[in-house]
Amino acid sequence: MCLYTYDGTFEGLLTVVFEAYERKAWPTAIEQEQLAQPIMFGQTIAVATDEEKVSRVWKGLQKKLSVSALKALYHTYLWEQPGFEMLIFSYIKLVFSTDQNIEDNYAAPCVLQVQQVAKQMFREKHRMEAFVRFQKTEDNLYYATISPDFNVLPLIIQHFEKRYADQRWAIYDTQRKYGAYYDLHTVSLINLELPQQQRTVPANAFSEEEDKYKQLWQVYFDHVNIPERKNPKLHLRHVPKRYWKYLSEKQPRALTAKPTN
Amino acid sequence: MDSRITEKLKILADAAKYDVSCSSSGGKRKNENKGLGNAEGMGICHSYTEDGRCVSLLKILLTNHCIFDCAYCVTRKSNDIKRAAFTVQEVVDLTINFYRRNYIEGLFLSSGIFKNADYTMERLVRIAKKLRQEEKFNGYIHLKTIPGASDELIKEAGLYADRLSVNIELPSEMSLQQLAPEKNYAEILQPMGSIKNQLIQAKEEKVLFKSAPAFAPAGQSTQLIVGASAENDHQILQLSNQLYKDYSLKRVYYSGYVPISSDNRLPIITEPPIIRENRIYQADWLMRFYGFNVQEIVDEQNPHLDLDIDPKLGWALRNRHMFPVEMNTADYEMILRVPGIGVKSAKKIVSARRFTPLNFENLRQMGVVLKRAKYFITCQTKSMYRQDFDSHTLKNRILFGDGSVRSTLLTQQLDLFKNAG
Repeated sequence: MCLYTYDGTFEGLLTVVFEAYERKAWPTAIEQEQLAQPIMFGQTIAVATDEEKVSRVWKGLQKKLSVSALKALYHTYLWEQPGFEMLIFSYIKLVFSTDQNIEDNYAAPCVLQVQQVAKQMFREKHRMEAFVRFQKTEDNLYYATISPDFNVLPLIIQHFEKRYADQRWAIYDTQRKYGAYYDLHTVSLINLELPQQQRTVPANAFSEEEDKYKQLWQVYFDHVNIPERKNPKLHLRHVPKRYWKYLSEKQPRALTAKPTN
Repeated sequence: MDSRITEKLKILADAAKYDVSCSSSGGKRKNENKGLGNAEGMGICHSYTEDGRCVSLLKILLTNHCIFDCAYCVTRKSNDIKRAAFTVQEVVDLTINFYRRNYIEGLFLSSGIFKNADYTMERLVRIAKKLRQEEKFNGYIHLKTIPGASDELIKEAGLYADRLSVNIELPSEMSLQQLAPEKNYAEILQPMGSIKNQLIQAKEEKVLFKSAPAFAPAGQSTQLIVGASAENDHQILQLSNQLYKDYSLKRVYYSGYVPISSDNRLPIITEPPIIRENRIYQADWLMRFYGFNVQEIVDEQNPHLDLDIDPKLGWALRNRHMFPVEMNTADYEMILRVPGIGVKSAKKIVSARRFTPLNFENLRQMGVVLKRAKYFITCQTKSMYRQDFDSHTLKNRILFGDGSVRSTLLTQQLDLFKNAG
């Protein structure tokens, strides 16, 4: 039994890989140090992140894997689901123990699983790119909150940076409590612990035209629908209910204004 | 809120929604001027309507005033409906403000024909030009080409738009004469041919001069209405096949006719033919991505697609002599023809088998739908079935046997029949 603990960073995880090879002691579990439970049998090895070791492992991987496989490994880290550390470890172990490049060997369980994780991550990233809805505040900031299933904020920044080069915008992950802010020049990541009541922006902080465009969008959404073709199952498959919270077109309609005449 | 613009949006979105195309992919327009928007790479569906269609673009008509009287169209002259028209500035404002809030990928602008073709086309082009030049907008723009518009205007449209389309709507000249008396095939195909030539020319110029202007980088598309006229699936698919080949179209869209009008030139139907539309799309995919020839899918003897089963399964059941396919040795092209195996799993199979001989469990994990595929394949010469089923039994086993593949749509429509009976 051999439990490795690390600081929760991707670099920390790569350091664990280095240490395991150095000690020739394969991990039975890898856990973040603040989450790890003491184990009754076997030893616990606390690993401190080390740049030198990280770069040796990464360079070794670069020699044997394509850029997209390296990306898939990093995305598995951002996936954050139980067991992701051991999945990454067994993948890397397979890479180093095989002469040829293993990234297309979908008959190996860890390769297939990393590929499937990468697909899940891609989907969630793509959904965030689609479902984020900005609201314009009075000081011309376009603001949106998200709480994705996986930690995809780092992956969507580039998309929004390219797209909205001429407007200030911010996206805040309410679950992981950090956000990205673009100031017309660069994007910076901001850790921000907001008290519960401040996470939603008060309605009067939004610009006057915000309501107008939100309502126009709702009008458009209602009228582009063809009722004769109603297909709720297909609709839900494309927009699962857990994403509705983002979508202004799924929010209750404001009372329809009375005709002026 | 300004209730006039709300009213216009209601009317002109309603009128545009029967145009099913909403694709925003295939563009290559990058944000290089620190402007607004970026349309490189894949399209994004920002929402889905309750009928399950993607909402990617702000799809509106500039106006629903129209001098034509096409029977299948809500906007036809003789239809008694509210009419409205946007100003150029209103369309620009809506597009920009929707885009900035990440509601849409861009604009899909079409129009009823007022005064004449060129007059209408000129307005559409003016909006696209304003978005590109004054607003530095790099999002996606799809412009509808008005039949009969001049070559010069189409050329200008292609400079600002990512995609151009001319809708054929009716799959034969005869139906067109009956249902859209002011239109004719020559007038529809002429701009299509002109766009095709411009696309080729722009590509050639691009090879010579890197700075040559791009022309509709996402290509051109069209739409056919299914079920408003008497053409069978064979005629429809043959026409699309020809359009893909002769006019190098990016997409042919099919729109199951929604009974919107009580015009007596049209057949009386109560439900849009959703399953038929779906089968035609599947057949279209087989032609474009699965290497199928149109004659293999439908021919004079079998002019209709089977509504119960998808066309790929239909082909497999008619061609049992091609099966079983051995997963560890067969060509990619043949693996792709197995029911239950899509492009992605076929690619995975071909790369994974270089490492190790594959078994059924490997296939299942790679995403192969064994419920269908198991009757058509072997793994290391082993088959999951000893018996030899005839095609009829096989169809029933797949449809109703262990794990049926009846689509939700089919079930829904069958339920409707049940209720009606």
